[in-house]
Formats: sequence, C-alpha cells, structure tokens
Amino acid sequence: MTLDADALDHLAHLARLALTPQERERMAEELVAVFTLLDRLAAVSTDGVEPMAHPLATMQPLRADIVAESDCRDALLALAPAAEAGLYLVPKVIE
Amino acid sequence: MTPLSSLSELLAALAQGKATAQSLVACAHARAKALQPTLNAFISLAEPEQSAAAARRADQRRAHGVEAPLLGIPIAHKDLFVTTDLPTTAASRMLLGYRSPFDATVVERLAAAGAIAIGKTNLDEFAMGSGNEHSFFGPARNPWDPTRVPGGSSGGSAAAVAAAIVPAATGTDTGGSVRQPAAHCGITGLKPTYGRVSRYGIIAYASSLDQAGLFARSAWDIALLLRQIAGHDPRDSTSVDCPVPDYPAILATLPPPRDRPLVGWRIGIVPSFLAADGVQSDILAALEAARRTYEQLGAAIVECTLPAAELAIPAYYIIAPAEASSNLARYDGVRYGHRTERYDDLFAMYCQSRAEGFGWEVKRRILIGTFVLSHGYYDAYYRKAQQVRRLVTDGYRSALEQCDLLLTPVTATTAWPIGAKANPVEEYLADLFTIGPSLAGLPALAHPIGFDAAGLPIGAQIIGRPFDEARLLAAAHIYQQATDWHRALPPLAHL
Amino acid sequence: MDPRYEAVIGLEIHVQLLTASKIFSAAATRYGAEPNRQVSFVDAALPGTLPVLNREAVTAAIRFGLAVGGKIARSSRFARKHYFYPDLPKGYQISQYDQPIISGGGLTIRTDRGEKRIRLIRAHLEEDAGKSLHEDFHGMSGIDLNRAGTPLLEIVTAPDLSTPTEAALFARALHTLVRWIGICDGNLQEGSFRIDANVSVRPRGETRLGTRREIKNLNSFRFLEQAIAYEIDWQIEALTAGQTIEQATVLFDPHRGETRVMRSKEEAHDYRYFPDPDLLPLIIDEEWIEVERCQLPELPDALRARLIADHALPEADAHLLTSDKGLADFYLAAVACTGVSHAKSCANWLLVEILGRLHKENRSITEAPLTPQQLADLVLRIADGTISSAAGKRLLAAWWSGDPRSVDSLIADLDLAQMRDTALIDRLVAEAIAAHPKAVAEYRAGKEKALNTLVGAVMKASQGKANPQEVRDRLLAALIAEDSSPPLS
Repeated sequence: MTLDADALDHLAHLARLALTPQERERMAEELVAVFTLLDRLAAVSTDGVEPMAHPLATMQPLRADIVAESDCRDALLALAPAAEAGLYLVPKVIE
Repeated sequence: MTPLSSLSELLAALAQGKATAQSLVACAHARAKALQPTLNAFISLAEPEQSAAAARRADQRRAHGVEAPLLGIPIAHKDLFVTTDLPTTAASRMLLGYRSPFDATVVERLAAAGAIAIGKTNLDEFAMGSGNEHSFFGPARNPWDPTRVPGGSSGGSAAAVAAAIVPAATGTDTGGSVRQPAAHCGITGLKPTYGRVSRYGIIAYASSLDQAGLFARSAWDIALLLRQIAGHDPRDSTSVDCPVPDYPAILATLPPPRDRPLVGWRIGIVPSFLAADGVQSDILAALEAARRTYEQLGAAIVECTLPAAELAIPAYYIIAPAEASSNLARYDGVRYGHRTERYDDLFAMYCQSRAEGFGWEVKRRILIGTFVLSHGYYDAYYRKAQQVRRLVTDGYRSALEQCDLLLTPVTATTAWPIGAKANPVEEYLADLFTIGPSLAGLPALAHPIGFDAAGLPIGAQIIGRPFDEARLLAAAHIYQQATDWHRALPPLAHL
Repeated sequence: MDPRYEAVIGLEIHVQLLTASKIFSAAATRYGAEPNRQVSFVDAALPGTLPVLNREAVTAAIRFGLAVGGKIARSSRFARKHYFYPDLPKGYQISQYDQPIISGGGLTIRTDRGEKRIRLIRAHLEEDAGKSLHEDFHGMSGIDLNRAGTPLLEIVTAPDLSTPTEAALFARALHTLVRWIGICDGNLQEGSFRIDANVSVRPRGETRLGTRREIKNLNSFRFLEQAIAYEIDWQIEALTAGQTIEQATVLFDPHRGETRVMRSKEEAHDYRYFPDPDLLPLIIDEEWIEVERCQLPELPDALRARLIADHALPEADAHLLTSDKGLADFYLAAVACTGVSHAKSCANWLLVEILGRLHKENRSITEAPLTPQQLADLVLRIADGTISSAAGKRLLAAWWSGDPRSVDSLIADLDLAQMRDTALIDRLVAEAIAAHPKAVAEYRAGKEKALNTLVGAVMKASQGKANPQEVRDRLLAALIAEDSSPPLS
C-alpha cells in the first residue's frame, strides 16, 4: 500500500478527522508501516472461502412491535453540547 | 492496610459475620485511593459516602436474611461499561464528564447480585491497545513493577485485582484485552464465548469481537461471577439464548487433584506457537511446567496444528479497525461528548471535535478502518480479512475436535516497560496468541503459571469450544487446587 | 418532447412502514409529536446501545414481497451505510445492501396504450433519519430525532418507465398497493411515501443508457410528473446543444417548476457499506411466509378483473373501486347483502352519491356515516320499486345526518313509498295534459323534450312518489290515445 498526501486527506475527510501537517506526516508513515503487516493477507489463497462476517452462525432474534420507551428528552438533551427548544443545535445545515 | 482477600474468602467472611460490607467497601476504597498515585488503576472512584451507603444497605439486607450471591462485595468496572452512578469515559477526552442515563446489562446484573461498584478502571482509549498506555488519563501501571505496563486494554481492572484493591473486576476482551492483562498481572481472566454475555452498555470497539470478561484471583471466583452475568439479553441481538450452567456447582462436584480429575480429558498444545519468533524462554519453560501439571492431573496431551494462526493478526487489524471506524462515527459533537470551540461550519465542527476528542491510537485505527472499507479497497482488505477469519476459525474448530482444550501462551513476553513499544506494528504483533480465539469467538481463560527471571507473572491461555466455559473453569480450578501461582500477591499489595 | 429522443426512468420509493415502534428500538413512531419526545437511547445512538429488529417491519416486507410476486430471501442481512449528517445519530444508517429481503417482482400499470409491466429490482428494509430544522437558532440549525429509526421499505424499480405519465401511474399504483396490504398509511404530506426518480435520455434506437440524474424527495404525484417532464426536456436540450450530462443529484423546486443540482458526482459519497456486526442474518422460514400469504387480502389487480368479469362492472368503475382498499371493502360488503345482480347499482350509488358527499366533506370512505348494509337496503328498495331514486337520495341524506332509523321505518315515517295507484296516476296524467297545452303541442310537433315538462308536472303533483318511468309510460299512452280519437267537429 502506498499513501500519498491526497489519499490521506481523502481518508481524513471521510472520517471527519482534522490533522495538522506534522500529524499528517507521522500518520502517513505509521499507516504505511501498519499496511506492510496487513498486506501479508494478499498472498493468502482464499478462493472459494465464504467471508465470515460474524462468529455466531445463529439467526437474528426479533422483537415484538411494542412501544416500551417513554419520553426521555430531558435526559438526552442534558447530555448535549448545545440544545434549545427541545432540539439539538448544530452549526447551520446547508441543504 | 492488609490486602483484600479473594472473592470466595470474602463471601465466607461475610456469611460468617467476620466482615461487613461496610468494612470491605471502606477497605477497597482506601486501598484504591492509596494505590492510585502508583498504579493509576482508576479513572473515577465513587464518593466514599456513596459506596458506604450502598454497603450499609447490603449489611442491612444480609441482616434481614436477604440472599444475593455477591451481596456486599466491592468490585470495579472497566470504564467502558456505561454506568449511571459513575461517569463513563472510555478513557477518552471525547467522553470527559459523560454520564450515561442507563446501566450496562453486566453492571445491572452484578448490582442485582449484590456487588458494590467502587469505581471505574483505566483502559486504553476505547479499548484500543495492549498496554493501557493509550489512555487520556495516563497509563495504568503493573502492580508487580509499576515501571511496566499492566497489559491492555483492561489494564486498570487487572491492576486493581492484582493489587488486591477489589477481589473482582469487569473487563472487555476484543483481541485479548482481558487475557493479556490478566497474564501480565498474575491473575485469572476469562473471555467468555462471543454471545455468552450481553454487550448492551459496553461502549463498542469492534462489535463482532467485543465480549465482556472478568478478572478475579481464581477460576472459582470467576465461576461465581460468570454465573451472574451470563445469559441472553433481549437488548443485545447477538447475545445467545442458551442455558447458563451453574458453574460453581459444577466446580464443587469435581474430584480433588489427587484423584487425577482430568483423566479422559485431552489437552492440545500447538508446537508452532511454542516455536514462534520472540517467545521469551521463561514463558516457554513455565508453559512446559504447566503442561506437565495438567498431565499429572490426568489429562492426555495431544499436539495440534493451527495452520492459519499467524494470519490472525493482519485479519484482526483489518476487521477490528473497520468496525471501530464505524462504531466511533457517532462521536460527532452533536448529541453528547466533546464539541470543539473552534469551528466555522458543520464540517469543521465535526473534524475539529473529533481531532480534539480522540487520541492518536484511536485516530490511527479509525483511518485504517476507513481505508479498508473504502471504495475500491473493500475486497482486497475487508472481504479478504473475513475470508481469513474463516480459515483461522476453521483451524481452531478442527483443533478443538481433536482435543477438549488448547493450552497456549497468552503473551510472547512478560509485561514490558511503559513506553518501550514505540511503533504500532510491534504492539500489534504482541497479540498473536489471543487474537485467534477472538476471531473464532471462542471462550478462553488466562491463569497464572509462574514468574520470569525478573519476577514478572506469566500466564497460560486455555481455549475451549463455543459455550464450554464450564470446562475451561473446571480445568483452571483443578490446576489452581494443585498449584499456588494464583495466590501470589505483588509486594506492593501489602501496603 | 423531441421525438428523436426517448427517456429512461426508474423510481426509488421510500415507504414508511406502519409499525407502532421503531425498526430497531421500542420508541413510538407516531407522527407529529413534539421534537425529540419519541427518541430512545438507541435512537440517539448513546454509547453502549444496540439495535434489536422489530418483527412487524419484517412482516410488512414479506407482505409486500408476496403482493408484487417478488422473491423473499430466506436469509438476508443488514449493512451499515456511512455518512456524517447531524440527523443521522450513529454516523451510519442501518440498511440492507448486498442481501435485500425482497428481490424481483413487478407491478402492472394501465396506460392509454394498454397494460405495461414495471419490474422491481429489489425492496429492502432500513431505518429513517431524523430531521434538520432550518429555522434560525442564532445561526444554528435544530435537530429533531423523532423520525430517526422509523422503519422504511425502499423499493427500487427497473428503468422500465418511459414517460412522466407512466412514472406517475406507477407511483399511484404502488401507493394504492402499499395501503391496500396495510403496510403504509400512504400520507404523502407527512412523508410516508417519498419518491426519488432516476432520469436519463438517449437518442431513440440507442441501446446504451444515458447518464442519469436523480431527482430527490418528490412528495406528490403531480410534482413527480412535472419534475420528470422538466428534467427530460432539460437533458434533451443539453444534449442537442452538444453538452454532456453530468451525473448528479437534483432537487425539484415546485414554485419555479425546475430542478437544481444538489450534489455532483465528484461530491458523491463513499458509503463504506459492510455487514452490521450488531445484527445477525435475518432468517425467514416457509411457515412465516405461508401465514402472511394466507392473511394477504385479494390484491387490486385480481379484484379489478373479478369485478369486470363476475360483477359485470364497466372497467372505469372497477378501476375506481380498486383504487382504495376501504372503498373496495365497502362495495364488496354492500354487494354481499344485495347479491351480484345489484352490483352495478351499488357501484353507482357508492361512486357517485357517497363519494360525492365524502369529497365535499374531505373525508375518507372509512369515515362515511353510512354502513354498507344501509347502502344495500337502499339499493334493494329502489330495485323492488318501493321507492324512487329521488326518495333514495332523501334516505341517504337522513342516514348521513345520523338518523338511526331502519330503511323501512324511514320510508314509512317520511312517506317515501312510491305511488302504486294506477287510476290516480292516470288522473294526474290527464290533468297535466289539460294544464299544459303548449307542451302537448310541442311534443306533437316532434319536440321529444317537451314530454319532460309533462312528466315533471305529474311528479310534482304526486309529491315525488310516482315512479317517473311509469309516469312517462302512462303519459305516452294517454297522448297516443288522444291522437287516435276522432276530431270533435
């Protein structure tokens, strides 16, 4: 794996992480080192191997369609960095 | 201040009226405080009045004849379990001051069993690490040598139990985060089968791998605790609805060591593990001794191969960061957690809040995970890792058809000095022995089997079949009846 | 539209499923609650929370799959779709990606040129997001998460639609169907049925698809039609001007009647889908599907065919009756009382008189202050000659205003029974002929309509109780008799 500046910027953008120029440099180096380890898998033959998404082979349990939660707005908004009029506040969302 | 005894000893003392919950909780509290500057095992401690009140209620309940299996026992929770009584941080600046409006299922069940949580323990931020060095609150330290790591990510819980601050503590294990610190701190630690214990209320790191675990000073004590926390939880779709055996009752019926109770048991060893690069010779020697002990107890030793085992590390370090990058997307500064003060618009608010809130290791794993899931790379990395996960799992499953348990090292080395592992790859490679069972979702237990030349504890890992925790606990219990390694306390525990 | 080009249209429709609680949490889904009052810890994505799937949402998807003849996956799974947006609490939406619950199937629409089968590619379950409120809170936006976690079925068609009209016909047919099988309330204003349209154009005869643009969030059939029409014209104009179409997501502005670009391809998301590790495969067994199959009502297409064939209804009536489940149920219940021989009459009264009144009052058929039994009573009394149609309308009016009396009591109490006394009718006929010589003269001069004046006069004299047909017959007989009598002088 190679990682040029644009590729790292793109990743940081997707992940919504701000990095300073110094951090970018160090991160790029470390990621390249880590991917040297991860790239070992490329040599493994996995033809016809079914990907394993989960250790459990059981099926999903289902819930009855019952409303069992009451209003907890006050508890939720008390945790919010900014809230007003029963709403979470965020910097202007441009549609 | 004398060290707190083991869980079962304390239960006996409480039952016989030789101790009160109030005295135990006060003692645990005082020890936690006294050792905090040395160990940094706790991120938060309950107010003394708060835990004293809980202890008083426990004593009253006992006086009124109320029976609860853990009534009045002080414990600690890894600060990855959300709690209403104490703050929850995941050792991250992101959640500084966060107070969960609900309790994790494990927290709820232990409280219902009568245990009293005196504090929340240190960990690697969001459970990402093997040394407890990546904590916003600074590293936790090893009670056997405070210049060294206690292991991670559940380092604080392991340190608190090893230093006899509490007789038991919760942890979580994603790639070894209970077993490895248990080994480094010389205590017993269990990672149950994936799905055995509810994940509800555990702050998610890698959801297909995370599992609640336990630390205590013996397999017997773990059995008492597991009995309380195991079982289906309707709030966790991945918690399995299968019967929970009465673990303590099973252990109580085992014959004593002199009757060679393990006759008929096959214990598998993995020669390729023992020949792996960089395994410390003290560890090989201790493991060989443990193998002999198991043999003397009646077990037959069989050699097993785990062909794809070394591929577990790269597979894990693709899958876990991928899931982490997704699980940590919710920390956006909107509904809770850290929000930066420096932003012009929504995008900057996201990027800056996350940059300020997350530590370096977390950021690195988020970026790795983002990369392996991104357009054009999914098949080469994520999908490939899932295929390798199956190969690794198949390897463990077929080995466990030839034997009842696998006996392996937990770590290649004993606890390393804080700051010694400078690059991430070195730290990731240290997880060789614990990651395989995590990928396969298997139950695994670490128990002490000796010390290295520097006096640092060494652990062995035993790995079982899915939902066969009873057998793991039985084997370790029998071993611990025949040996004393698990009784050793670090000098620092004798304050 | 330039005849040298043709349009290729596919629709993606988000159908909000009618469940009491959310798809992955036990919070309520009721519309219109105060902001953030229906948000559980799971919906707000608090640390440590986990999703648990609502069985009823799966049931709804199964019903839909059966209704459109799609394949119901015995095993499907959920995936995470990642993007950052303040109304998306987890930073990802739980959706289905490579293994949707329903694939294939289709729906038939009726165009001027006959029937056309529109294929469905897939339908998958997912959770809705919350809402951003753009009123200004000192330069900030507000976020309401009440809608976050509401179950959706996203239905994706093949690009089988060729005109805005076809698209609207399909959307309406689907809208009817999802309400018909009881999985959606179909309320477009409240966002229960949201349409995205993928539109591309290509020179007629070209087999490759042109570059498509996606029109997002259309919440009325009229806007859907307008937006697609505008978009087709715009794309053809661009192509004929030698420009190339860029892939983009656009929004329709109903005030200006045009679309504008919201996001270009360069800004397209990288959603990083992967199987949700919090949710295991969704397994659906035969038994479950059979239970749903048995409970599924007769579908609109089948009923329409039956109404034409067995009830002898005109196609237009059958079409209208099957546009709404409530209407069809009302009709079928009434016919069950009258017998099929009165089907046409039941349909007429229902579609003209009852629907007319409901439309005027802006009420739905389920709110009609009249029972199917009452409609049947009315139809039967007219059919057996007890009352006239005019009296039938008075009966209807009485019931409409809440009169609890039975049909026969009302006929008696209001004196609605038809006049059966032939001698009396003949007398009234003779009087009318005598009193309206001008009308009689006009009729004799060949003006057929003049007869109506005479019928009206007799009806008035009988206080509406005579049978108009009988009056007409007697009048004609009387006029002919007068004709054939010898002149007086």
